[in-house]
Amino acid sequence: MAKGVWIVAEHRDGALRKVSFELASTARKLADQTGDEVAAVVVGSGVEAMAAELGKYGVDKVFVADNAAFEPYTTDAHAAAVAKAVKDNDPAILLVGASAQGKDLAAALVGKLAAGLATDCTDVKIEDGKLVAVRPMYAGKCFGEVVFNAAPAMASLRPNVFPIVETAKAGAVVKFDAGVDAGALKTKVVEVQKEASGKIDVAEANIIVSGGRGMKGPEGYGILEELAGVLGAAVGASRAAVDAGWRPQSDQVGQTGKVVSPNLYIACGISGAIQHLAGMSSSKYIVAINKDNEAPIFAKADYGVVDDLFKVVPALTTECKKLMA
Amino acid sequence: MNIVACVKQVPDTEAQIKVKPDGSGIDEGGIKWVMNPYDEFGVEEALKMKEKFGGDVTIVCVGPARAMETIRTALAMGADKGIHISDPALENADAYTTASALAAAIKGVPYDVILCGQRAIDDDSGQVGSVLAELLGIPQVTVVTKVDVDGQKVKVVRPIEGAQLVIESALPAVITATKGLNEPRYASLPGIMKAKKKPVDVKDAAALGVSADAKAKVGKFIPPPARPPGKIICADDTPEGKAAEVAKLLREEAKVI
Repeated sequence: MAKGVWIVAEHRDGALRKVSFELASTARKLADQTGDEVAAVVVGSGVEAMAAELGKYGVDKVFVADNAAFEPYTTDAHAAAVAKAVKDNDPAILLVGASAQGKDLAAALVGKLAAGLATDCTDVKIEDGKLVAVRPMYAGKCFGEVVFNAAPAMASLRPNVFPIVETAKAGAVVKFDAGVDAGALKTKVVEVQKEASGKIDVAEANIIVSGGRGMKGPEGYGILEELAGVLGAAVGASRAAVDAGWRPQSDQVGQTGKVVSPNLYIACGISGAIQHLAGMSSSKYIVAINKDNEAPIFAKADYGVVDDLFKVVPALTTECKKLMA
Repeated sequence: MNIVACVKQVPDTEAQIKVKPDGSGIDEGGIKWVMNPYDEFGVEEALKMKEKFGGDVTIVCVGPARAMETIRTALAMGADKGIHISDPALENADAYTTASALAAAIKGVPYDVILCGQRAIDDDSGQVGSVLAELLGIPQVTVVTKVDVDGQKVKVVRPIEGAQLVIESALPAVITATKGLNEPRYASLPGIMKAKKKPVDVKDAAALGVSADAKAKVGKFIPPPARPPGKIICADDTPEGKAAEVAKLLREEAKVI
């Protein structure tokens, strides 16, 4: 019978990504309820040292597939390796990060393992010894409680939602041969074009400063960049702003962009179309700055400011700088 | 070059989603149904490939009777023929089942490239394209903003957090489209007229040999939690005063900065 709570640890440029610690902490919590062990799979090149770090967050055992063919990440190589470890060990639950890479990997694993996957979950729990995963659907217009009829029960967890908790466990390394033949791989990464360093992706940001049609043009975003700089935030955009070509597609928040749940979302000049509200209303705190006091965004805001954003935002930047000094 | 584009019919982005009182699903009353926006990017890319290399574009769709309208839309945009997989047993199908049905239908069609939307904006699962690739035993490249076919290879651009990857894949392959790939065309009036005469095969699960046993299912639908009422900041009524008040609340009450 399937047993154990597993995670796939994600790493980039030689370091584990934060979502891996969120996965480990969450897996520990679930395993303590089912009385199981937590195991992690790490697939990469020169990644053995990461095992000890995972042990700090409650991982008992770390399955490591170490091979030059695993860097950089490709779907075919990594999915084959993780599927091998899962088939050989039969875990009951498998958690993956709902990052770009995690979502790609998890979906391929569904095909390889004939399993069920709940994507981008905001909560996971054990009921009657089984995983129940809670996830937004329709970009957050409703939620679904997902139950599973196949092993492993798979869930990808939205980054930045699950707390990181330290629990010292062994993190014992078990090396395995994934049996992946580098010559048989059909995809390869031929180039990595990095964006300006320090840019935070809206999907992973703790704070998002977002602008809509009210920014009046691409140059309007300068004041949002400044506020974001002070707060260590990402700059987001509404569909209207992206469709107008003011901001890149990767910054779009909403039903046809990214669905986000940061600690703080500051909406500037965004009226609040339903498809935008769906994508951000699970943020912990929402500030809306808009001239129109009837804008629907105010219904979702914890703090609303009815005023000219071109005056309020620079003043807010100054105030935040003072408070955070 | 033969191209398959998979489409799904979904509620329009402006649709209000109401959960049925018993939590068994959503209330479909009053919903306007459209082609999933990410699938539109896939169909557009398929048509561009056809214009460049020749060949046929086949539209494949799993959905109830109303989904025929979405297939006709894709045919009106310029696709050549359709396969409509329609079966009440597949109505709440999970990604694995849906992909199994698509794979079974596509096995009877010659293809060099299969295009899918990166996710459907109703269930937001983002799995079907990937599972389809695995079931057909072909490579996949997901969530791409650029596609260049060159002989038996394809080069794509895939944005990830803080970077863009340029990935090369052998063909045939499944490619999943995201916003930024192209601007989908509108169907022309002659296109709409022609679409009515284009062939669409309707198949059910039994004809495809697909089992509808879900590996995962939504046991209960829940409305989103209501947000507590917020406050409008008045302070001293100057923009500076309001900004100072917000900053203070974020620091002392919300404790998020």
